Amino acid sequence: MIDSIVQVRNVSKAYRRDGRDANAVTVLQNITLDVPTGDFVALMGPSGSGKTTLLNLIAGIDRPDAGQVMVAGTDVAQLNESQLAKWRATNIGFVFQFYNLIPVLTAFENVELPLLLTSLSKAQRQQHVETALALVGLADRMDHSPRQLSGGQEQRVAIARAIATDPQILVADEPTGDLDRKSAEEILTLLDRLNKEHKKTIVMVTHDPHAAERAHTTRHLDKGELQ
Amino acid sequence: MKILSIIFRNAFRHKLRSFLTILGIATAVMAFGLLRTIVSAWNAGVSNSAENRMIVRHRVSFIFPLPQADLTELQKVPGVVGVTWSNWFGGVYGDANDFKNFWPRIAVDPATYFQMYPEFLVPPDQLKAFQQDRSGVIIGRKTAELHGFKVGDVITLNGDIFPGTWQFTVRGIYTGKEPSTDETQMFFQWDYLNENVKQREPGRTVGAGWYVLKVDRPDDMVKVAAAVDTMYTNSQAPTKTESERAFQQGFVAMSSAIITSLEVISFVIIGIILLVLANTIVMAVRERTREYAVLKTLGFTGRHVLTFILGEAMVIGLFGGILGVLLTFPIVKGFGKALPTFFPIIGVSGVTVALALVAACLCGIAAGAAPAIRAAKMPIVSGLRTVG
Repeated sequence: MIDSIVQVRNVSKAYRRDGRDANAVTVLQNITLDVPTGDFVALMGPSGSGKTTLLNLIAGIDRPDAGQVMVAGTDVAQLNESQLAKWRATNIGFVFQFYNLIPVLTAFENVELPLLLTSLSKAQRQQHVETALALVGLADRMDHSPRQLSGGQEQRVAIARAIATDPQILVADEPTGDLDRKSAEEILTLLDRLNKEHKKTIVMVTHDPHAAERAHTTRHLDKGELQ
Repeated sequence: MKILSIIFRNAFRHKLRSFLTILGIATAVMAFGLLRTIVSAWNAGVSNSAENRMIVRHRVSFIFPLPQADLTELQKVPGVVGVTWSNWFGGVYGDANDFKNFWPRIAVDPATYFQMYPEFLVPPDQLKAFQQDRSGVIIGRKTAELHGFKVGDVITLNGDIFPGTWQFTVRGIYTGKEPSTDETQMFFQWDYLNENVKQREPGRTVGAGWYVLKVDRPDDMVKVAAAVDTMYTNSQAPTKTESERAFQQGFVAMSSAIITSLEVISFVIIGIILLVLANTIVMAVRERTREYAVLKTLGFTGRHVLTFILGEAMVIGLFGGILGVLLTFPIVKGFGKALPTFFPIIGVSGVTVALALVAACLCGIAAGAAPAIRAAKMPIVSGLRTVG
């Protein structure tokens, strides 16, 4: 039997305008999904199909209306906000489409951000940051601010930030969506390395079939249902 | 420590906006400090009153003199250990429209006055010279410095309450025992006034503008006041006896409407600080909603976000407050120089500085509270959708 690090069971999610059920828009409908430990899964589908919502549920930044989301042995929906924040800091590394680095911080400081929530000493934090930045090939850009980096480099810093706390799972929302082909290739290669060499489980949302090819498994969503 | 560093960097992310906000707060804090200082200066006479001195004046107003004969009777009142008297002289020096030419001129009994006011420090030889010269004056250090008066100089005044030309010779310069002591007054011999008035206006009585009583124990004041006022109830010059503090408060009360207005304005200014700061913080938080959502995604909590935003608001508020306080000192100094005799004791007090800084910080918290709570509570998904 395959050990699943992510178990999504009969999950539904709707967004309500003005909090009224009458205006509810169903985004996910009775979704069930298993992601084996160490897998690299691509979620594909047209805009509005619910890919990002499913990713957000797995990452613990949103809650399902119905069903269960078990990630790394934890029922995410059962945690309160504070527990959830702590859980995310430990278990999830999030990579955004638009990198979302903090512009007033250097590459080093951006990667250090999630480590500030740990009990690591300054020296230990520095070691973690340097390792993460070296892994993404940016050891020589530590003191650069995001403005001084290219889009591809920014995304690599974002990946370094995502892996700084050594989480089990990386979730990536269109990580190559804002990059040229060459930079996108570099990012995909990096994710591939993280999956293969560092045993990170990766769940990636993408529109790009070429990007999806790098994943081991591709799941398609349409109108809130897994195909 | 790192979080503090992030707060500082966020506070100065938009340098021009932060600078203008700080400048706006500083201007408001400076105005607040100036107004509070003026109110304090107005009340300085009250706060500097001696606890063992009382004033006896005509019940209607001190512009009506009391008889000289009251002196010996007042000396016998139980609890009274010293009596002296004074008259407001008024007079005009030079250009009457120039504020600096106004300073209090008071006729006093040279033998007893300075014993009753130990806060006016006069060198013994100068006091002796003053007591021996009918037209001699003792003048305060500040007024002497302002006009360049030195011992031996002659001061000519045009009388208004007591008409004619009056010449005085500076025999001494007093200094204040405390920094808060009024050093602008001029004292001359009551006999000089009395003798000249007799010559110039036969039939006019100078009398005593007010008597100053020194009581043995401040607790006796009520008894002494009752005894004195009862003694003169049915006389031609009924009295009103009160503590020096109450007497000074009476003067201040005449301007109470102005003082109240200044106090109200000073608190309106705090409201202005709040609005200036709130505007900046609301803009900053709106621009960074997505960043706060990212921080929460990384594991930061709503409380962290609250700390970031309130910290930023407090940093800007505090910088504005410190700059405003620093600007208050030269402004108050300039104000004191422009109106030296109206505000003889003017200075920025520690309380005013503390109030201004606390107000700036509290305004920071108040201004940042609503956007901070909103950002802290905002669901991550909503924050990530925001276009910054």
